[in-house]
Amino acid sequence: MTRHKETDETEPAAASEELWDLKLYVAGQTPKSIAAVANLRKLCEEHLSGRYRVEVIDLVKNPQLARGDQILAIPTLVRRLPEPMRKIIGDLSNQERVLVGLDVHPRG
Amino acid sequence: MSSASREGIRKAPTGIPGLDEITGGGLPAGRPTLICGSAGCGKTLMAMEFVVRGASELGEPGVFVSFEELPEELSDNVRSLGFDLQDLESRGLLLVEHIHVERSEIEETGEYDLEGLFIRLGFAIDSIGAKRIVLDTLEVLFGGLPNEAILRSELRRLFRWLKDRGMTAVITGERGEGNLTRHGLEEYISDCVILLDHRVIDQLATRRLRVVKYRGTLHGTNEYPFLIDERGIEVLPITSLGLSHQASSERISSGTQGLDEMLGGEGFYRGSSVLVSGRAGAGKSSLAAQFVDAACRRGERATYFAFEESQSQVVRNMRSIGLDLQPWLDQGLLQFHAARPTLHGLERHLVTMYKQVRDLAPRVVVIDPVTNFLSVGNQEDVKAMLMRLIDFFKAQQITALFTSLTHGFDLEATDVAVSSLMDTWLLLREVEVNGERNRLLNVIKSRGMAHSNQVRELLLTGRGVDLVDVYLGPGGALTGAARLAQEARERAESLERRQEIEQQQRELERKRQALETRIEAQRLEFEAEEEDLVRRLQQAEAREQRRAEDLDAMARIRKANGEEQESLTGGGT
Repeated sequence: MTRHKETDETEPAAASEELWDLKLYVAGQTPKSIAAVANLRKLCEEHLSGRYRVEVIDLVKNPQLARGDQILAIPTLVRRLPEPMRKIIGDLSNQERVLVGLDVHPRG
Repeated sequence: MSSASREGIRKAPTGIPGLDEITGGGLPAGRPTLICGSAGCGKTLMAMEFVVRGASELGEPGVFVSFEELPEELSDNVRSLGFDLQDLESRGLLLVEHIHVERSEIEETGEYDLEGLFIRLGFAIDSIGAKRIVLDTLEVLFGGLPNEAILRSELRRLFRWLKDRGMTAVITGERGEGNLTRHGLEEYISDCVILLDHRVIDQLATRRLRVVKYRGTLHGTNEYPFLIDERGIEVLPITSLGLSHQASSERISSGTQGLDEMLGGEGFYRGSSVLVSGRAGAGKSSLAAQFVDAACRRGERATYFAFEESQSQVVRNMRSIGLDLQPWLDQGLLQFHAARPTLHGLERHLVTMYKQVRDLAPRVVVIDPVTNFLSVGNQEDVKAMLMRLIDFFKAQQITALFTSLTHGFDLEATDVAVSSLMDTWLLLREVEVNGERNRLLNVIKSRGMAHSNQVRELLLTGRGVDLVDVYLGPGGALTGAARLAQEARERAESLERRQEIEQQQRELERKRQALETRIEAQRLEFEAEEEDLVRRLQQAEAREQRRAEDLDAMARIRKANGEEQESLTGGGT
């Protein structure tokens, strides 16, 4: 199984800080998918700058990958790290809820 | 089923015995079917059997999507039914897909759809070229996804999508209050809805199935019992939707000569059902045993379902009337199946009997007694079960003899519920007169044959069951010792009469002899008189002659004087 990393904005995490490992599942270039990718990018830049890794997985191209993370809803954002694993569904337009769901404390 | 239903919609056979008969060929092909019922009613098993039989027997690979159980659990659960999921999976005929939904993991942050589910289903279907799919149970989604409006619209899309892909789908759903399913899945699936039920009546579990809806096809609408056992699900009845069985005109012996004579001299029709009813000790089992014995003598296989006695008990008891069933058991012609009726629920008995009969293929079956089932179900249920059983026997051309234990005074009334199903009804009665009990048999009905309307007395002898004519005379019908006494009396009377006649004959003979003697005597007397008369006549003649001679001589003497003259004169006369 080879994973296609659509987007890599990986930067080496600072030793003192946690690494945020995120996966965004989408299905093709639908408006919801495009919106989700854009919303996630914005959010990460604003709140997790320099300590996150995002992998966008298109299930239309790799349908077999849906099984591993038990994906039903599209889009779904999965927080792999820090543990425990969390799932957020929807196009991430409600940033407040995304931050709560990811358990990210906004930097002052 | 009529041909119209076959021409209607295409059917996908389930391969589940009985279900395909009820639905007229199976589930609607290329469409979703809803199987609903409360927890533990067998939804998952039925869905699994649908996929497994499709994959292993009908050449239609299938996907089983489990929202609740893990693949390993499922696999273990159905192994006891003889389904090897791993084997089917390794041959690419089956795919078990586990979809896990955990609400606590999910936070909703905007618009979404269930495209991920579609992709997973599509991928699973394509990977083995599946024709069948099971979703067990979709309702878990209602607990796992926060937005019900989105879920409902996505479900609608899902069923349309499954139809477009031509998938024969089975969706399971939990029974809800007042609804078929808790979340109203029946709203989306309108082609075929099957309801399963698992009730406990009088501490006995009964499973039932009903086809609530089947668009575009005729289907059985009753509740049908079904059973889950080591071979999977079996729905009964097997053939009770029509009365299409062939009626045989072949006759077989009842095993009791007198009874055959009463039944037009030839016995039962093959494939008919016979009810023998009577009270305890009336001789029902003995008649049944003779029936079985006769079948085995013809070389036919027989199955004896005993619900009151064990095999050895029946065999021993029948020896007392000179009937040895052991050789037939040894030869394998006779099979016993003895069980307490309360051991299982009604439909389990039905299925058990059905299976035994199917496996052993007997030509003759005895169920002794059928009334014991009343302890497991109410009369209506028992009647329904019997009807199914009889239909099955008739379809197989099996001649079945049911015994029925009656209670109370009205012997005929207690059996009416089942007697209408029977072709031949023999009633055994006992009459108690002069301090003894005697058994009477009469044929209440026997469809399609001239049968005796006479009551016969049934004798259990050391040489088996014997039927004798009862004594019918001016004093009424007599049986037993009274009959014997009457017969003896009659014999005595007739002997007396005969002796009287003989005596009269002898008297007459004597008179004739006396008469003849008298006639002889008179004849002799007459002859004597006649003889006497003749003798006297002769004497008279002789005397006359002598007198004439004397005169002559005197004349001659006188002629000494004038001899010449006299001679001239004499010569002139």
